[in-house]
Amino acid sequence: MVTVTTRNPADRLTEEQILLRDTVRQLAVERIAPRAAEIDRTSEFPEDIRQLLAQQDVLGLPFPVEFGGVGGDLLTVCLAIEEIAKACATSSLILIVQVLGSLPLTLAGTPEQQARFFPALASGRTLAAFGLTEPEAGSDVAAARTRAVRDGDGYVLNGTKRFITNGSVAGLITVFAVTDPEAPRHRRLSCFAVEVPTPGFRVERLEHKLGIRGSPTAELAFEDVRVPAANRIGAEGDGFSIAMATLDRSRPGVAAQAVGIAQGALDTAVAYARDRRQFNQRIGDFQMVAAMLADMDSQIEAARQLLYTACAEIEAGGPDIGRWSAMCKLVAGDTAMRVTTDAVQVLGGYGYIDEFPVERMMRDAKITQIYEGTQQVQRLVIARALLGRPAS
Amino acid sequence: MHIVVLTKPVPDPAAAAERLGPDHRLDRAASPAVVNANDEYALEAALKLVEASGGEITLLTMAPAGGADTMRKALAMGATRGIQVTDPVLAGSDVRSTAAVLAAALGELTFDLVLAGADTSDGGGGVVPAGIAALLRLPYLSNAARIEPDAGSGRVKVRRITPTGYDVLEAPMPALIVCTQALGEPRYPSLKGIMAARSKEIAARALADLGSDPSGLGGAASTTTVLETRRPPARGATTVVRGTPGEGAAAIVNFLATRRII
Repeated sequence: MVTVTTRNPADRLTEEQILLRDTVRQLAVERIAPRAAEIDRTSEFPEDIRQLLAQQDVLGLPFPVEFGGVGGDLLTVCLAIEEIAKACATSSLILIVQVLGSLPLTLAGTPEQQARFFPALASGRTLAAFGLTEPEAGSDVAAARTRAVRDGDGYVLNGTKRFITNGSVAGLITVFAVTDPEAPRHRRLSCFAVEVPTPGFRVERLEHKLGIRGSPTAELAFEDVRVPAANRIGAEGDGFSIAMATLDRSRPGVAAQAVGIAQGALDTAVAYARDRRQFNQRIGDFQMVAAMLADMDSQIEAARQLLYTACAEIEAGGPDIGRWSAMCKLVAGDTAMRVTTDAVQVLGGYGYIDEFPVERMMRDAKITQIYEGTQQVQRLVIARALLGRPAS
Repeated sequence: MHIVVLTKPVPDPAAAAERLGPDHRLDRAASPAVVNANDEYALEAALKLVEASGGEITLLTMAPAGGADTMRKALAMGATRGIQVTDPVLAGSDVRSTAAVLAAALGELTFDLVLAGADTSDGGGGVVPAGIAALLRLPYLSNAARIEPDAGSGRVKVRRITPTGYDVLEAPMPALIVCTQALGEPRYPSLKGIMAARSKEIAARALADLGSDPSGLGGAASTTTVLETRRPPARGATTVVRGTPGEGAAAIVNFLATRRII
């Protein structure tokens, strides 16, 4: 059963959301966009942008006011991500992962845990990371092998996590590990807030990637890492459901990134089509180019409106948030890939070289079809919402 | 220390939508408004002073009713409160009338410093602060590149930019200072600042609240009239200089020298 619990007014943004969005937009245009090409070229984590986002409270957006945050709702966070991603997908990932890595605490942390960890996260002093994926456990989350064994007043963790965004720069990693190998598949995992550096924790290596090159993607090794029991998030065995609930609320952030990347590419393509003259006319006046731009614009707006509706649905806490979350990520990710590819086409040879940002945006767009659940997993989630789980 | 910063909503230069009405006055409905850019430099200077030695900042504006929305951004940067003088009579005020109204509003306040931007990007008269200082008999320190108040002695030192360097002026407080961009780039409002600004007070004042006699004020009493407006002439043909940096520099110097610009 598919539900719609919110209306869809054209003026869905509040005055406050518009003001926050426009402030982030100004930061993105004036301070982040000029750095984007260099961040991509050097593949260096943009510490200056992290500090800027921290100083301007952008990293505090998702956290409650009582813990030093701004208390922005999901849509407001997504508006900020969209604006940053328009300029630099890598930089937007700093905020996306601050949300992703801390969501287990938001959803299942005790008030004491939130009071311990949120102030440093809200101020941006500490970055968060989300330690779920393993070399052999990607889409099949429950296949994780990292072990957490109870030992006195704590746990001892052993295993490897892979493709962990910000894993090398985070100070707090929410790690999912098997506490009961004998339990049913979805009751084997538990979630832990691991404060790093800590003995036994190592960053094994950083990946060389097609896009989002300034965002460090780390392989993390845990070798007899001791974690106090007070750092376990939720009950033993709750890990899988915490991970799924986290992804339901974090995927809109990836959708917002995708919409932002696509919009950035369209803006570049439109400016180019207006200026570039061939055969004595603007290339935008050729119908074949004009039609591409019109399609790109329409598809971006459709993805954006779906994202904003999904945010409202998720905030409203309806029964169908997994479906909304998967749909907005699916549509926005595919839109970003298509639009950025077309933007490269509109710019022709100039689109294929790094004199213009669209080739970078095309490389950056691809990851939005892969991480926080591949597009195939999104379709699985949506189909199961329609059909119910297959009988086993 | 209590600092009053004069701010004015002006058409957003980035929107490029400025339009004049049939009376040659600015059509304020045609363009989104922003805080006058030079006023943001004055506010930044005030924020730095208050951060260094404590105190409060009051924003003061004379604007049509919608001006409060624009003031929110300045409040988000860190000002304490705002005062907006709004009165239908004031539409079309000339600089004399504007100075008189702002002076009357300042007369209600106790303050140490009044900071103003160098000029506004709409009217651009640049004489309102001088008018206020004259009306209130305040020391007037213009072209400020550095501001150093001393609460102990009750005096303020200002470094005033001159064509050849700078003068150091000193005056007793309260004083009125016209700021330059040399004081430092205005900050971005933080997101917490934006949230906090929603609950900050913007007090509305009408002429009656200030005890001002409306008969000598506003458009009807304006001592100046705009008779005509003209667009600046279109720019002439562009000359592109090509060659090595040395050749380019020589050509540009030659171009400027033959026109006696340098």
